[in-house]
Amino acid sequence: MTYGGIDIGSRYIKFVLISENSEIVNIEKIDTGFSPLKSALELVKSYDLKTYFATGYGRHLLEIHDNAKTITEIKACATGSSNLFPECKAIIDIGGQDTKVITMNNKGKVINFLMNDKCAAGTGKFIEMMTNSLAMELADFSRLSDNDYNPKIKINSMCAVFAESEVISLITRGFDRREIASAIHHSVADKVISLALKLDILEKEIVFTGGCARNKYLVSILEERLGKSLNVSNPPDILSAYGAAIIAKDSCESTF
Amino acid sequence: MWSSLGLNLEAHEGLLNFLGGAYKDIYLSQKNRPKGMEYFDFVISEVHGLRIKELMDAKEEGRKIIGTFCVYVPEELILAVNGISVGLCAGAEVGTQEAEKYLPRNTCALIKGFVGFKLASLCPYVEATDLIVGETTCDGKKKAYEIFDEITGGKLYVMEIPNRKGDEGRKLWRSEIERFKEKLEEFTGIKITEENLSKSVKIVNEKRKALQRLATLRATKPTPISGLDALLINQISFYDDPVRFTDMLNKLCDELDERVKNGNGVFSKDTPRILVSGSPMAIPNWKLPFIIETSGAVIVGEEACVGERNFRNLTEENMGVKETLDNIASRYMGIDCACFTPNDERMTNISDMVDKYKADGVIHYSLQFCTPFTVESYKVKKTMDKKEVPFMALETDYSMEDFGQFKTRVEAFVEMIK
Repeated sequence: MTYGGIDIGSRYIKFVLISENSEIVNIEKIDTGFSPLKSALELVKSYDLKTYFATGYGRHLLEIHDNAKTITEIKACATGSSNLFPECKAIIDIGGQDTKVITMNNKGKVINFLMNDKCAAGTGKFIEMMTNSLAMELADFSRLSDNDYNPKIKINSMCAVFAESEVISLITRGFDRREIASAIHHSVADKVISLALKLDILEKEIVFTGGCARNKYLVSILEERLGKSLNVSNPPDILSAYGAAIIAKDSCESTF
Repeated sequence: MWSSLGLNLEAHEGLLNFLGGAYKDIYLSQKNRPKGMEYFDFVISEVHGLRIKELMDAKEEGRKIIGTFCVYVPEELILAVNGISVGLCAGAEVGTQEAEKYLPRNTCALIKGFVGFKLASLCPYVEATDLIVGETTCDGKKKAYEIFDEITGGKLYVMEIPNRKGDEGRKLWRSEIERFKEKLEEFTGIKITEENLSKSVKIVNEKRKALQRLATLRATKPTPISGLDALLINQISFYDDPVRFTDMLNKLCDELDERVKNGNGVFSKDTPRILVSGSPMAIPNWKLPFIIETSGAVIVGEEACVGERNFRNLTEENMGVKETLDNIASRYMGIDCACFTPNDERMTNISDMVDKYKADGVIHYSLQFCTPFTVESYKVKKTMDKKEVPFMALETDYSMEDFGQFKTRVEAFVEMIK
């Protein structure tokens, strides 16, 4: 018997299938696109599931149209992360639209969390927008190193649109693209670290989740600035879907 | 009537249609509502109708309509000179572009709202007023009143609220009460006497007692009324006729008494209970309460100006004019607005409310750019951490663009305290 967890994020829909003993059997990831409901339904209907839970920005679509049970991505991410990394008590999650910091107890229950406001600064979308203005590929970032970092340039704007003008102004002042790209990453790190400090997570074992944890340069900056190594799963962006699948399985067990 | 008030008829019609739809979705769709809410549904349906007609009729009889924006403006004095006190429109995103011609973009939604409503000619209340009483509770309002005075053709009168509650502050506030009394006497030609003042103090006290009664009923598990309905009643308390309002609210409370006796709650007994604390929620600002109560929780109290801050304290009755004015001054000085420094009273009040209403968590709500409340959320968080009460601070405006994100945060908070 299998259980599913589907995470309808702003950029991608992630689906995780788990077995009776909570092992990951299959992972799928597709673009959210313009008809997330259709894509998500096709995905869940293509499996023979005992039950599934939906999470993420689009979770209510499935609640309304498929009577699915839902949980927030905060609880889902905490559940998924603490199952994979039982020693972790904190999460840094950078997704397409949201940046979150979450703390958990020994049982993986959420104790506290902080999330960015209605603003793209510090999110994956922010990096994506800046990438476009630099005409760089996302993959290029993994080849960046802190040798590219010029502390003289700093992206100060909190607003993604203002930051874009800042980037353009840096380009026209003749700075190297790699330096600017590096500064963009540091600006994302600034936002995340300020959330992390507010929740006092530095002493805790931390897992870094979400699509942006694929960005190796961002991982290295965060590790350096937080002064500790981060736990990153492979892939790092399915932990909410995984958590939702585990909760789906638990919900069946608790009814027996 | 509308055109004589100078309203923009077409836009006003549009606003009413929008409000009607929102009201249906947010209010009428609630389950297990008390029957006594019918009156308040009616009042809200006539917010831009019968009530305005009543005000216009009262004006014909020579009564003055006095508009306010804050719980600091003493309604007792307005009633004593046979005036009518009404809260003015400020709870929706209206006329924002026009408002931004006068105000910086980074201004709180409430201020942009009242300026916007006026500029878009959509608030019959502001048009019906003879006098508008402002107050210096924050820099944004204080400065916006100068502009509001200009665009309302000189209707503004501003009371100075001290920033500190020591002897000097009290002295200043007492003299402001005196100055307001004189202003009202001069404006209406009616002298404030022991008789008319004690009568008006009684009316306002009765209204506050009825609101206290409602609040106390909500402390029951399960709560007999939704937070949305209670908020609506609190919002209506600012513009309905006070005697009629008190009567109808007491009738509703009788019904709620019955519900409590029978253990009939509006949500199940184990529904997580939330205390909302922070900036005022002027009508029709229902976004956060709607999100909370459709996310598996119930609101059991509002630590806000549209809420407990408006009715927590009463004025001592049956005194001479001078003593009553002293008492009114003291009564209003007891309000724990974030404009005061320090404001430790508020921390004590929030703690007490958490206990009294058996709240499982506190959601601090502040309007974006409302500096006093947004900054004070730090202290509220600290107080709640010490008390080990789950706490979440939210900052927003009247727009719907953060609806999804807000829902996620509230749902996660509810999951957390469950």
